[in-house]
Amino acid sequence: MYGKGLRTLSIATVVAFATSLALVFFYAPLEADQGFLQKIFYVHVPLAIVSLCGFLLGGLLAIQHLRTRDPRWDMRSYVIIHTSLIFAIGTLITGSIWAKGSWGHWWVWSEPTLVSFLIVFLLYATYQPLRFAIEDPERQARYASVFAITSGAFVPMNFIAVRLSTAYVHPRVLGGTSNLPGPMALTFVVSVAAMALLFATLCKYELTAKHTRAQMRALRRRLAGEGDSPRRTRSAVPSSHAHGTVTARVAGGARP
Amino acid sequence: MPALEVERLARHYGEREALSEVSLRLAEGATLAVLGPNGAGKTTLLRVLATLLRPHAGTVRVLGHSLPDDAWAVRGRIGLLGHEPLLYRELTALENLRFHARLHGVGEERVRELLDAVAISGRSAEPLRTLSRGMVQRVAVARAVLHDPPLLLLDEPNSNLDPAAVELVAPLIGACSGRTRVICSHDPAGALGEADLVLGLRAGRVALAGEAAAVEPAQIAELYR
Amino acid sequence: MSGLATKQPRSARAVREQPMLSTVAALLRKELLVELRTLESVPAMTLFAVATFVVFHFALNRGNVEGDLAAGILWVTLLFAGILGINRLFVADDEQGGFDAFLLAPVDRSAMLFAKVLTLLAYLVALELVAVPAFALLLLAPPLGHALPDLLITLALGDIGVAVVGTLVAALAVRTRARDLLGPLLGLPLLVPVVIGAARASSPLLTVGHTGVPAARWLLTLALYDLVFGLITFALFDFLLED
Repeated sequence: MYGKGLRTLSIATVVAFATSLALVFFYAPLEADQGFLQKIFYVHVPLAIVSLCGFLLGGLLAIQHLRTRDPRWDMRSYVIIHTSLIFAIGTLITGSIWAKGSWGHWWVWSEPTLVSFLIVFLLYATYQPLRFAIEDPERQARYASVFAITSGAFVPMNFIAVRLSTAYVHPRVLGGTSNLPGPMALTFVVSVAAMALLFATLCKYELTAKHTRAQMRALRRRLAGEGDSPRRTRSAVPSSHAHGTVTARVAGGARP
Repeated sequence: MPALEVERLARHYGEREALSEVSLRLAEGATLAVLGPNGAGKTTLLRVLATLLRPHAGTVRVLGHSLPDDAWAVRGRIGLLGHEPLLYRELTALENLRFHARLHGVGEERVRELLDAVAISGRSAEPLRTLSRGMVQRVAVARAVLHDPPLLLLDEPNSNLDPAAVELVAPLIGACSGRTRVICSHDPAGALGEADLVLGLRAGRVALAGEAAAVEPAQIAELYR
Repeated sequence: MSGLATKQPRSARAVREQPMLSTVAALLRKELLVELRTLESVPAMTLFAVATFVVFHFALNRGNVEGDLAAGILWVTLLFAGILGINRLFVADDEQGGFDAFLLAPVDRSAMLFAKVLTLLAYLVALELVAVPAFALLLLAPPLGHALPDLLITLALGDIGVAVVGTLVAALAVRTRARDLLGPLLGLPLLVPVVIGAARASSPLLTVGHTGVPAARWLLTLALYDLVFGLITFALFDFLLED
């Protein structure tokens, strides 16, 4: 059920990335002020956009989880959020490199997007510790969903507040993405698409892997005849309880 | 109409089954004793009946209302006495009971009545942390029946109570109180003595069910093996 | 005693849900009673704030501050002192009173949210009654006089934000293992917009010559934040109370 379309998605991602890289290095013109360094823009900004959308989507999935109480929504929310966190770290690193190249400093407070990302990163970095600190899996999922929704609503609020506080102080370092000339705009759009596909592929891989592992565990439990050994270690990862999907397929298993 | 109707209740804890295929039926005014070794799911069952935990499968009807959808209709009609007294140590018995009375819309006279009934009136103005465990348990009993609930859910109610205290609270939570009761107990003999029905749980499943009078000592021993 | 035994249980009569106002009042009364007996939160918050001002004096090697620096010191101190109160907010309920008794009462569960937010607000106001004069005395260069009404508005809006988010975060953290750590870890990033709004708004009020009124922009930011997070907390709180 989960693995469907994984191969297509992976191929699409590779193709998109190849195209995007080709465009970045051979098609997009050099920017007048910053030269070659500016090309990191095609990595940094897509990372930022995809990561932010991921956090918002994680919040939406969490709303679904609280509404339906179906643990699969929580699993999806978890995977999306922690992949977004990785992309957010990527945003910070590439942003830092760009700042160093442009301004000579590894960090600048005058760039509101970068600053907002730092705050968002600090917030979402607590997501997994929060999960890990709750043992009851259902409560863990529920609390995590509350966190995801709150944080998702926080992201736009945070961007507004930070942008307000840095306006009129310094000119923006990393430049706006509006009014890009044609070739740059095309390259940019393809880069965003490639990053989005990468994000989707990574999430799908992880969801498929977790689901498969859960089914394996359920199978093993049925074969061992319900002398069950629940996971003894605490875990931050949601457990996808494979209700009934496995029992139907195991033939001749001794039912107590 | 039975006070409790449970059909194939299931509740899981992650990938582990905490309760599985649990069914029972309890008439109004009757007493059910729930027995079983530690970790068997007794407390989980009690909390599901108390509307504190949601059933993951099966149907549960408490006092005619289906859980979890109609849980709101059942609240205020259940008296829960668990392991914890659910009282604030820094407040006095009177303040604690008044607080619960206000939550349930119960009047002051009832508070005083119950303080007398559990023989705490003399020390009702002292913080609970100065009272002995047995006294705190008596105040907890008062708290549990403050709002006159038709259904009592008791988790080892006589712990910390000496025989005199047990007799004292009997009219409130005992067999003669007229309320429907579910008692979880580690004392099979004592529980069987006052129960009409018995439910034995083992690893979340029903291992023993039936009338208390018909249960044999060998079955109890088997349950706890 | 036998009289009690023969009384009919009121199973026939449906139990009405208790009115919100009386429930919130009962909860609030309980909160303040417990706090008065234990004195766990407010004195600690207040002492912490005053001690922090002293530490700032030595850390910055300055006897008086104004403007941005003053606003920053004031709000950071208030925030960190507030965290002490946030950490203790649900502890008594979790350790003693238990949420179960409340969950079994025929009341709207949002009553607990309102009661807790009001409690935290009360703590913050009590804190500021001491901390702000202490700040004016110890560290602040310009006199507060004219700026006071505007400062009070800023404090009020900021306090509401801290109280609302603080309650949410406290409820999230209290039944986890690292209860004292998770509260601040979750709360501080979430409260950054409050710090931004409140500090930027206070800064012109704490400047020598007191030319400024707080820019409407910052007060609006605070108000918007309070509204958004008030609604979110209201919508999500029930999910945190369940077992």
